[in-house]
Amino acid sequence: MTGYIIKRLLSAIPVIIGLSIIVFAIMALIPGDPALAILGSYATPENVARINRDLGLDRPLYEQYFVWITNLLQGDFGRSFILNRPVIDEIMDRFGATLILAGTSLVLCSIFGILAGVVSAVRQFGWTDRIVTFFVLIGISTPSFWLGLLFILIFAVQWRVLPASGMYSVYGGGDLPDLLRHLVLPSITLAIVATGVIARLTRAAMLEVLRQDFVRTARAKGLAERKVIYKHAFKAAFVSIIPVIGIQAGFVMGGAVYIETVFQWPGIGAMLVNAISTRDILLVQGGVLVVAVSYVLLNLLADVAQALLDPRLKS
Amino acid sequence: MKTLLRGVALAVLLAASPAVAQTPPNVLVVGQIAEPQSLDPHVVTAANDFRILINVFEGLVRFAEGTLEVEPALATDWTISEDGLVYTFNLRDDVTFHDGTPFNAEAVKFTFDRMLDEDHPYYDTGPFPLSFFFADIAETTVVDEFTVEFTLSQPFAPFMSNLAGTSGVIVSPAAVAEHGEDFGRNPVGTGPFRFEEWASNTRVVVSRNDDYWGEPAGVEAVVFRPVTDANTRVAEMLSGGIDVMVEVPPDNVAMFSDDPGFTVHDAVGPHVWYVMLNMLEGPFTDVRVRQAANYAVNKESLVNDVLQGTADVSAGPIPPAFNWAYNENVAPYPYDPDRARELLQEAGIDDLSVTFYVTEGGSGMLDPIPMGTAIQADLAAVGFDVSIETYEWNTFLANVNPGLEGKADMAQMAWMTSDPDTLPFLTLRTAAWPDAGGFNSSYYSNIDVDEMLDQARMDTDPETRAALYRDVQQVVHDDAPWIFVANWKQNAVTTSNVEGFALQPDFNLVLKGVTKN
Repeated sequence: MTGYIIKRLLSAIPVIIGLSIIVFAIMALIPGDPALAILGSYATPENVARINRDLGLDRPLYEQYFVWITNLLQGDFGRSFILNRPVIDEIMDRFGATLILAGTSLVLCSIFGILAGVVSAVRQFGWTDRIVTFFVLIGISTPSFWLGLLFILIFAVQWRVLPASGMYSVYGGGDLPDLLRHLVLPSITLAIVATGVIARLTRAAMLEVLRQDFVRTARAKGLAERKVIYKHAFKAAFVSIIPVIGIQAGFVMGGAVYIETVFQWPGIGAMLVNAISTRDILLVQGGVLVVAVSYVLLNLLADVAQALLDPRLKS
Repeated sequence: MKTLLRGVALAVLLAASPAVAQTPPNVLVVGQIAEPQSLDPHVVTAANDFRILINVFEGLVRFAEGTLEVEPALATDWTISEDGLVYTFNLRDDVTFHDGTPFNAEAVKFTFDRMLDEDHPYYDTGPFPLSFFFADIAETTVVDEFTVEFTLSQPFAPFMSNLAGTSGVIVSPAAVAEHGEDFGRNPVGTGPFRFEEWASNTRVVVSRNDDYWGEPAGVEAVVFRPVTDANTRVAEMLSGGIDVMVEVPPDNVAMFSDDPGFTVHDAVGPHVWYVMLNMLEGPFTDVRVRQAANYAVNKESLVNDVLQGTADVSAGPIPPAFNWAYNENVAPYPYDPDRARELLQEAGIDDLSVTFYVTEGGSGMLDPIPMGTAIQADLAAVGFDVSIETYEWNTFLANVNPGLEGKADMAQMAWMTSDPDTLPFLTLRTAAWPDAGGFNSSYYSNIDVDEMLDQARMDTDPETRAALYRDVQQVVHDDAPWIFVANWKQNAVTTSNVEGFALQPDFNLVLKGVTKN
């Protein structure tokens, strides 16, 4: 197992290097540069040249990339042009927020997705199945930024039971209950689409398992239906649900980009949106790198969990 | 599973139960449109950042409340030499920075040398994008502890306005030396509020400076919260999460004005929104076609319907916020499609197909896409065939700033400035064509205008300058190098327990006189 994990980790390195080159190239290809973002309307060619010189952006692209990667290997992510602070500080400030939001959403969508999937598989074509499938479809099809605004309107503006945005109260607060209160709306919004996906795939996996011989055998030997479903069928189906959760982890990290913007959640996603629009290339690189590494690790975690649970994959 | 579910439901209920979104008493919470980029006043360029900084820092002079007229601040008085080259300021002797170090002539010299002298030990704490406002300073001299002298390389009348702007404020040399390039996260000035805390993407907190040399601030602290999404910002205002909100979307203004719990503020701003017309090639080389475009566009409808009354119709390149230099006699082109058709017929140009650069949004650009399509429809009604090309702001600037030649006939643009000189000087002179390093991206050229603008720059007598700007307004209006569309009235909403709040024409938020009950 350890060998497998190391192999997987090593194979992630070229992926991440390739990714950083692509991001660097894309940022260079799109028109506009940080000097324009800094200067706004005052971007005369002369001013742009001065700022680019001060920032070291007048050097050839490969040289800039080389400088970046050399510094990175020494643990230096560089300095954000726009925010005037080290990239690593900005990422550290924000990564925790994204982890809290994405982690909560992942837990929510796993619990509710699996639950809904199992229930509707067990009651296939019954009313419960239809109702669950209906809501799952709505969940998958609703744009999450719209849903987020709707939730804000209902819970923050109309009923005033939850805060509209932010991670902590701006004054006072700062404790766990304060965080939970701010977490409710964004984490549910972010979880909804993923819940739908997990529910559908769980339903399919369960249906497949329920048709198999060992389930019939279990029923034939007189086991209670409850036991058949949860002890035998679900255990077998769960193994194929785990990778789906791994993929949804990536989806939730990606979805955080919109949700963080709508709810003003101080995470990596909102940071990346700003950094891209201001062409803050080092901040984009740093942010993408961190997201990519977490994605690789989460998928690895899912695969390891699957291997541990499924005796067939253990070898 | 059921126990777990019950647990989750309980946690949600518990978390939701206490009353939320009450802003604390005597602390003002301001909803900003974005996270500040830095709190170093010489590093930043955005109005969003200046709104915080103007409460922490002060300059030698400032704009008098509610106007763009210069009045004393850290300097008590000043003299300007006959030739307009030497400015001598007498400084207040009772001012200390928030870090306890004294404010004096050395600090003034340090501030400007840091921006302008590439050999200055702290020049590398930049870059300083707006330092060109002061590029004409040849030397800053400490005459004695409380007297400082600027020697300019050439007469430059907007100098006083530039000193009064947020780019001219004085920083604490000791704090710059201590924090280096992190000064932008640890700003130290002399203003009525001192910097307390910057929690990334969450809040910037400033607290009352009890040692302030002037009247102390009315609230204990101000919290600036970045809420980038306009809808979320409105929701925060409605749910009581913020006390003050700037840049209210036009669609929401009416809702706030109808609600007695809120007060809507608006004020003219030194802002011009226009469509530049390519005068190098294509149909707009003919003045009649340009005037026709001005008659064809229904500006009243743009400001009242699209912008819902958040702007006024513009008459020329100088906005009325510069009341001292504004020409009341120049009226906006009226909406007159028949006159437009007549002029087009006179011009006799067959091919009226034009390309129009529109941006998705950007600093001061208001609601560019709906405005662009409304202009397209108005122009089509008199015979133009307008095809729109839309770009994201940064890409848009990269396309427009190098000049429209060979690419487009029209482009949207907007400017906010602190002196009537800035916009015409950068966008209307022959010497400001893009290849000469200016923003005259549509190639307007009129020798009279060039001369008047140069002269207005040299003359330090406000009356003579004002007369020249009034003439510029008339000539440019008639030449119609742009479609003059709108002057934005900046707006803000406060809750009804906020008192003493007023918007300033330079788009700053001066909060020292604000109280909260």
